[in-house]
Amino acid sequence: MTAREQILATIRGHLGTQASNPAASHALIPATYNRIGRLSPEARLELFLDRLTDYDSEIHVLPTSDAIPATIAQVLATTGETQLIASTAFPSAWLPSTITPILDGNLSIEEVGVAQAVVTTCESAVASTGTIILVHQGAQGRRLITLLPDHHICIVRRDQIFEHLPEALTPILPNARLPITTISGPSATSDIEMTRIRGVHGPRRLTVLIY
Amino acid sequence: MSIRVGKAAAAPAFPIAAHEALQNDQLRRNVRHATNVIRTKRALRVDEMPDWQQLRQAGSDLKQHTLAHLDHYLEQFAANCEKAGGKVHWARDADEANAIAIQLIRDHSANDPHPEVIKVKTMTSDEIQLNPALEAAGITPIETDLADMIVQLGHDEPSHIVVPALHKNRFEIRDIFRKEMNLPDLTETPEDLTAAARRYLRERFLRTRIAVSGANFAIAETGTVCVVESEGNGRMCLTLPDVLITLIGIEKVIPRFADLEVFLQTLPRSATGERMNPYNSLWTGVTPNDGPQHFHVILLDNGRTQLLANELERETLQCIRCGACLNACPVYRETSGLAYGSIYSGPIGAILSPQLQSLDHSRSLPYASTLCGACYEVCPVKINIPEVLVHLRGRIVRGDQKTLSGKLSIENIAMQTAAKIFLSRRRYEAAQRLARIGQSLFERKGQLVNLPGMAGAWTATRDLRPIPAQSFRDWWKERPASSKGAAR
Repeated sequence: MTAREQILATIRGHLGTQASNPAASHALIPATYNRIGRLSPEARLELFLDRLTDYDSEIHVLPTSDAIPATIAQVLATTGETQLIASTAFPSAWLPSTITPILDGNLSIEEVGVAQAVVTTCESAVASTGTIILVHQGAQGRRLITLLPDHHICIVRRDQIFEHLPEALTPILPNARLPITTISGPSATSDIEMTRIRGVHGPRRLTVLIY
Repeated sequence: MSIRVGKAAAAPAFPIAAHEALQNDQLRRNVRHATNVIRTKRALRVDEMPDWQQLRQAGSDLKQHTLAHLDHYLEQFAANCEKAGGKVHWARDADEANAIAIQLIRDHSANDPHPEVIKVKTMTSDEIQLNPALEAAGITPIETDLADMIVQLGHDEPSHIVVPALHKNRFEIRDIFRKEMNLPDLTETPEDLTAAARRYLRERFLRTRIAVSGANFAIAETGTVCVVESEGNGRMCLTLPDVLITLIGIEKVIPRFADLEVFLQTLPRSATGERMNPYNSLWTGVTPNDGPQHFHVILLDNGRTQLLANELERETLQCIRCGACLNACPVYRETSGLAYGSIYSGPIGAILSPQLQSLDHSRSLPYASTLCGACYEVCPVKINIPEVLVHLRGRIVRGDQKTLSGKLSIENIAMQTAAKIFLSRRRYEAAQRLARIGQSLFERKGQLVNLPGMAGAWTATRDLRPIPAQSFRDWWKERPASSKGAAR
């Protein structure tokens, strides 16, 4: 008997015969928790900003997408970052004209390693937890480019922000088999005396641009 | 079968290890501080959730449902993972899982006699003692979670399932790093210690071609694996290497992708008191041009299937390893996790460790509890830990009663005698009279002290009042008949 056969046989032996089919009995599990938000778009944005601030993220709320390139240029200028990486699928109109970005299609770890900052879009966001969800395709970039640079600039459209996690996962479902990263503030640890330290291995700065 | 839970088989019984831990003031201060901080944060983040109890119930329902159909969901997960380019291996026990991991690492590093692997925090690998097995095979495991690094570099044991180095303070960590990283001038500020870990690991992340991870969730519907973390070491290990080996206990499977909406709300709040942990990584098999191009899953039993037969014992497998019960437990908070002798410590460890080992080891752990119920109250999947603890105590006693030495033990004889006495009013009252006479030998200042035999263990650390001269029933009998009528 292979390990697989033996494990499955032991499970079946202990569980006995199944009365119902799994899909039907899963559908009967009540979901009485909050699945749909009730806040107005303005209040939802306020909540999102509050949570992002709580995680030490930097925030820029823009009137329209037209302000994106100038804001990126300004954000980079504050720390003198010049090496910006983005996916080849990232809208070129949003890239600042002041620098020449590194465009990633299939760059090596070494080539990505020189980037100081990365700019991406996102798939959805959760206001109540201050979470941004990336589905790694197109302008949201490969996992590698969102990880090695020390500064992640993420662009969020207002209508991508949901109040609760369940709503924000819904638009992810069709692409659930792609790599997905949820990001809630810069990387952090509390392993030393439970003191929260910002910035360990992932990006130490997270800047969120909302339009 | 070589079912193993860390080094539990060789560990001293809890009362012995606890006695030693209680002498260590520094350890107790560290544990008290850390658990206080997490408890306070957790309470804050749970109290702001109006639907917390509904989320707990949903988490419990989903896990119960999954376990009742575990064979179905495991097969579904394996099929979907392989359809997406992953390779699924099944391991009955610790040795089998270690052998699979070693073979995979060998296969993928043919030209390197001493390969290195980077590891994302996985308690399951500590359970099967993967690191010593790798080292014996000439493979160097590098722990990348800060707390795991502290434990590994300090040649220590994890004392908490979420924050394994919670028993060390900043000065002790500084000393470990100074010595092991050769940084004689390192200060003890958490900022400097964290920066040292970042520098130490950065280059290792970039050069190591093979990673080993655990998993928080394995999604049957899509074959997706989810790792929950904070530091970004997980993302590094899951993204940069060519080869990824993920070790998953079979109870980590969940039915559908959307079920994450429950667990990703309850796990971070329960574990670290955060609304959401900094990073969750999800991936399905192999994605061309993004992340490891070789992905192996090892599905581990190691005693888990034995918990399925009994519905109460089965509840143990609902655990999502948040550690909230450890932080809430008045016993854990005094003794630290090290006293449990198992990598699974605290209330959940006290039920999980002995059951995985068929009650052959960790037998003292079900007694390492006051049964106060704080663990059940904070559990995000509603495992009734006190009930399971009592059930396991019963199993241990009934097992002992089948052996000759168990039959003849003082405890068994005393308990059997007590049972007979309590069954008969005549015997009970006779025993009371006898005890009233006998206890006068041990009475000092209104307390019983230095009782003989096993009762002495009780009176050594607790106050015990003597039996009063008159019982309620005696008093009732002696009252004049007129006052026994209806209450005034």
